[in-house]
Amino acid sequence: MADTVADVHQHESAGHDDHHHEQNFFVKYLWSTDHKIIAMQYMFTGMFMGLIGGYMAYVFRMQLAFPGISVPGFGQVSPGEYNALITNHGSIMIFWLAMPVLIAAFGNFLIPLMIGADDMVFPRINRLSFQIFFVSVLVLLASLFVQGGGFGGAWTSYPPLSAESTYNLTDLGSSLWLLAVALEFVAFLLGGINFITTLMNSRAPGMKAYDIPIVCWMIVIASILFMLSVGPLIAGAVMLLFDQVLNTGFYDPTRGGDPILWQHLFWFFGHPEVYVVLLPAIGITVDVIATFARKKIFGYKLVLYTAVATGVLSFFVWAHHQFVAGIDPRMANVFTITTLLISVPIAELLFVMIATLYGGSIRLTTPMLWALAFIAEFLIGGVTGIFLGASGADIYFHDTYFVLAHFHYTFFPIAIIGTFCGFTYWFPKMFGRMMNETLGKIHFWGTIIPFNFIFIPLFVLGMGGQHRRIYNFQHFPELAGPEMYQLREIATISLLIMLAFQAVFFYNMIHSWLKGEKAGKNPWKSNTLEWTTESPPPHGNWPPDQMPVVYRGPYEYAHPDREEDYWPQDEPA
Amino acid sequence: MDRFLLQASTYASSIDGLILLIGVLVGFWFLLAEGLFFWLIWRFRARPGEKSQYLTGKEKHVKRWITIPHALVLLCDVFIIIGSVRVWYDVKQQLPEPDSTIRVIGQQWVWSFQHPGPDNVLDTDDDIYTANDLHVEIDKTYHYKLESRDVLHDFSVPVFRLKQDAIPGRSITGWFRPTVAGDFDIQCAEICGIGHGIMAARIHIEDANTHAQWISAASAATTP
Amino acid sequence: MAHAKPLATLRSATGIPTGRLAVWWVLASEVVIFGGLLGSYLMHRIGHPEWAAAAAHTQTWIGAVNTFVLLTSSFTAVLAHQAAERGNGKEAAKLLGLTILGALTFLVIKSFEWANEISHGYTITANTFWSFYYTAAGLHALHVIAGGIIMGFVAFDAYRGRELHRVELIGIYWHFVDVVWIFLFPLLYIAK
Ligand code: HEA
Ligand code: HEA
Ligand code: CUA
Ligand SMILES: [Cu+2]
Repeated sequence: MADTVADVHQHESAGHDDHHHEQNFFVKYLWSTDHKIIAMQYMFTGMFMGLIGGYMAYVFRMQLAFPGISVPGFGQVSPGEYNALITNHGSIMIFWLAMPVLIAAFGNFLIPLMIGADDMVFPRINRLSFQIFFVSVLVLLASLFVQGGGFGGAWTSYPPLSAESTYNLTDLGSSLWLLAVALEFVAFLLGGINFITTLMNSRAPGMKAYDIPIVCWMIVIASILFMLSVGPLIAGAVMLLFDQVLNTGFYDPTRGGDPILWQHLFWFFGHPEVYVVLLPAIGITVDVIATFARKKIFGYKLVLYTAVATGVLSFFVWAHHQFVAGIDPRMANVFTITTLLISVPIAELLFVMIATLYGGSIRLTTPMLWALAFIAEFLIGGVTGIFLGASGADIYFHDTYFVLAHFHYTFFPIAIIGTFCGFTYWFPKMFGRMMNETLGKIHFWGTIIPFNFIFIPLFVLGMGGQHRRIYNFQHFPELAGPEMYQLREIATISLLIMLAFQAVFFYNMIHSWLKGEKAGKNPWKSNTLEWTTESPPPHGNWPPDQMPVVYRGPYEYAHPDREEDYWPQDEPA
Repeated sequence: MDRFLLQASTYASSIDGLILLIGVLVGFWFLLAEGLFFWLIWRFRARPGEKSQYLTGKEKHVKRWITIPHALVLLCDVFIIIGSVRVWYDVKQQLPEPDSTIRVIGQQWVWSFQHPGPDNVLDTDDDIYTANDLHVEIDKTYHYKLESRDVLHDFSVPVFRLKQDAIPGRSITGWFRPTVAGDFDIQCAEICGIGHGIMAARIHIEDANTHAQWISAASAATTP
Repeated sequence: MAHAKPLATLRSATGIPTGRLAVWWVLASEVVIFGGLLGSYLMHRIGHPEWAAAAAHTQTWIGAVNTFVLLTSSFTAVLAHQAAERGNGKEAAKLLGLTILGALTFLVIKSFEWANEISHGYTITANTFWSFYYTAAGLHALHVIAGGIIMGFVAFDAYRGRELHRVELIGIYWHFVDVVWIFLFPLLYIAK
């Protein structure tokens, strides 16, 4: 990947400079402060964790469709193991796939390149952030193998179940899980500070606030949102950890504590968190759509303002997860109102993306297909959220598979479709070679079609009253009917098909990386700055005397005054 | 909804009605958005030699394409909020006068029920205790007092469209009024440890006669 | 590995030096952490008037002395900043040394106080008031320790005339630690 060529930093403090000697593998790839290498570390760690999360989904979906069988590659699933599997599946997919890939990997790779800087402002803090993240991965994986097994109290980890080992029977597992999550938060706080200050301060000369590509804005808004919402949960996690290991009683009602307090702290973070991952995915989609529709996006500022509005509103909706959790019923009305209001800015974001297609010249490349699929599928997830946001309807839907299908229809587009969209779009920049389009399209359809066949049946099951986190439905006569098992089997078999098609992606990735067609600087004829340097960019991104200067916004496609249908940001007028 | 599951309480149909209302309103927008979306993809597919249009989205008449839907979505939101709050008020906020009161206790991993017994007063000597079987009479309004002995549980009766968390250290009062006789599931809808999946109970909704018979049989069995 | 700074670090599109900008964002994230903790404490405290009995066992005068110690150390941090502005690294390092001394005094007093309380049976599990007391003050003490250590490094550099701008940054952080204590002191000690 990036070579350690000429030192870009000659202009200052030449005294202690060790760039020139040969760096060994360890220093170059594992101890690097280069933002692109850190981005790849996050990307591949996230990809690896995504596969583990997918494997877990496979194991417990097999158990759900064919209860009691010995799952190939795992064995028989006990109730305790089942709980641990879903808990860690949820945690991994959100905290170790969506967050590291969408925010840390794309943020690290794109922000400096897109704003024309040579690196992050604090490269060593950046490296530290990944190292802490990596430790959190190890702690989480270790928690699955300790005495008593992994934590099984759901990713929401409600006390008293999570607080006392006599209740959850996973003494060490629950503490390690909590520790891993806390470490992950610290890593993202450090990373977030880097993203925010870099975007604020290190833009190329001439780049005004409204010349920044949307995806950078979105990652930074998401980082701010994360930073401002996670604090109370960190405090809450310390209290929960003390309840677990020191035997304090913060959440123990018999000792003056309150179990509901955790739910407030958790969801005060938890709801903004869903927009923390949503916004970067929208950012990626917007950029890809603009490029392949050859269109200026329909209202740059509108996107920005609605994203901020979504962020602000998201702090006031958290209790919609707790409608029936014993909060004051009058409060539910307030949260119904705020929750429904949030549909307005999000609808606007989606309308803007759809409107951008108008008058375009749409090319259905693989990244574009992913971007369009994001819109089509996320809409389903979004509108089903409205059923849940209406307190009266949520009485019935709470904790059913309807909720589950709702959030997979939001999370899957974000964490899987969004990452594939970004990954295939920037692959040429990352590795200097094009991906194979045919294989890319096979993988696309092989993922999208089974995806709908997994979760549509789960919507139906949820309407039928099937509750979450139940490892075997035989004890509930209403849920054990043959039609219900049929639906579960459709879902599971579709999952198997989808997993099989992932092999196409990995083959395509490795094959293109090694043998793909050379990409050149700007294969998509795009405007933004990252396409003005080599693919892959060298250490320092641009030669020091050729750092880009910006003359216009990022979306000047098909400008009437130009022969070409694109107009790079750094081209003098 | 009633295609999926019987409506067996007075408020089941109002909850289902609300779901239908939301379904119609957001369904309309959903179909509109998806329809427009696919039409645009088809209409503006790349054709050789044709350049895309340069639209900034700044002019007033163009902006209308965003601001008008914006206002309409807000309007739909208002309808949904009104519908939702009305149902919520009915089910969770006001308590009609009870004909009878029961106590429901969740613990790892069994539901215990305390029926008021022959004198129809809770917490007296003739109360009837059962595990995993709740007996109620049709067309009578019940209050339930929901408690938990250890972790969170959730008292869920899908045919009633009723759901309420049980919290240790608190007693939460709610109500229901069964309208159909029969035996139905009670599920625990909040993860409560490894036995969460076996925390199943049944509700037996009986007509006045059967219920009276059950009461006398059950009290005969408990009082020596 | 000593690294040269990338160009990115030297740019300043907002006009605010990058280091200061970052410290403000760090503080923003810290504010919400302490905010969450103290908010939880307040909610519980209002719900449990009987905690006043437990709170009566905290020693207000020790807390007051410690408040004074911290305020003084913040003052020396300000003086260090001024010295650094004048380019006088040695003077700044000395004043930072005094600030560290203040931090140490604070911690020593704190440990005597805690040892005394624990010996009377008021441990972290005694009741939820004491749980909050130790958690909140402990989290604050961790910040004091971390601040003291970082200040040591900054002073070391400042003494050699390097990275003088960091004197200001650590000063900002130190004021924050101080302000947190200003909130903790009335909440844990005075409210009885
Ligand atoms: C990134 C993920 C993500 C996103 C984006 C969302 C988006 C939304 N979510 Fe979702 N949600 C989750 C992830 C997500 N959610 C998760 C993980 C859970 C479960 C957690 C757990 O318990 O484990 C959950 C649970 C959840 C609940 C709690 C359910 C329960 O447990 O009882 C609720 C309730 O209000 C809710 C509501 C919403 C709403 C209103 C939106 C809105 O943002 C959606 C807005 C979008 C649209 C509305 C579509 C576009 C608009 C139009 C097409 C216009 C027409 C619309 C109208 C007329 C209104 N969600
Ligand atoms: C981002 C979030 C995310 C994602 C993507 C998924 C993906 C999937 N989820 Fe999961 N799920 C959750 C978040 C997520 N889930 C959460 C939060 C819960 C709740 C947990 C709880 O109750 O506590 C849950 C719970 C949950 C349940 C409920 C269990 C229960 O309540 O009993 C089920 C059941 O079917 C399920 C199924 C699936 C399936 C079949 C997939 C499939 O779509 C999976 C397919 C996976 C792949 C196809 C992997 C592909 C990824 C890569 C190849 C990496 C690519 C990387 C790069 C390009 C960099 N999930
Ligand atoms: Cu009780 Cu789940
Ligand atoms: Cu939410």
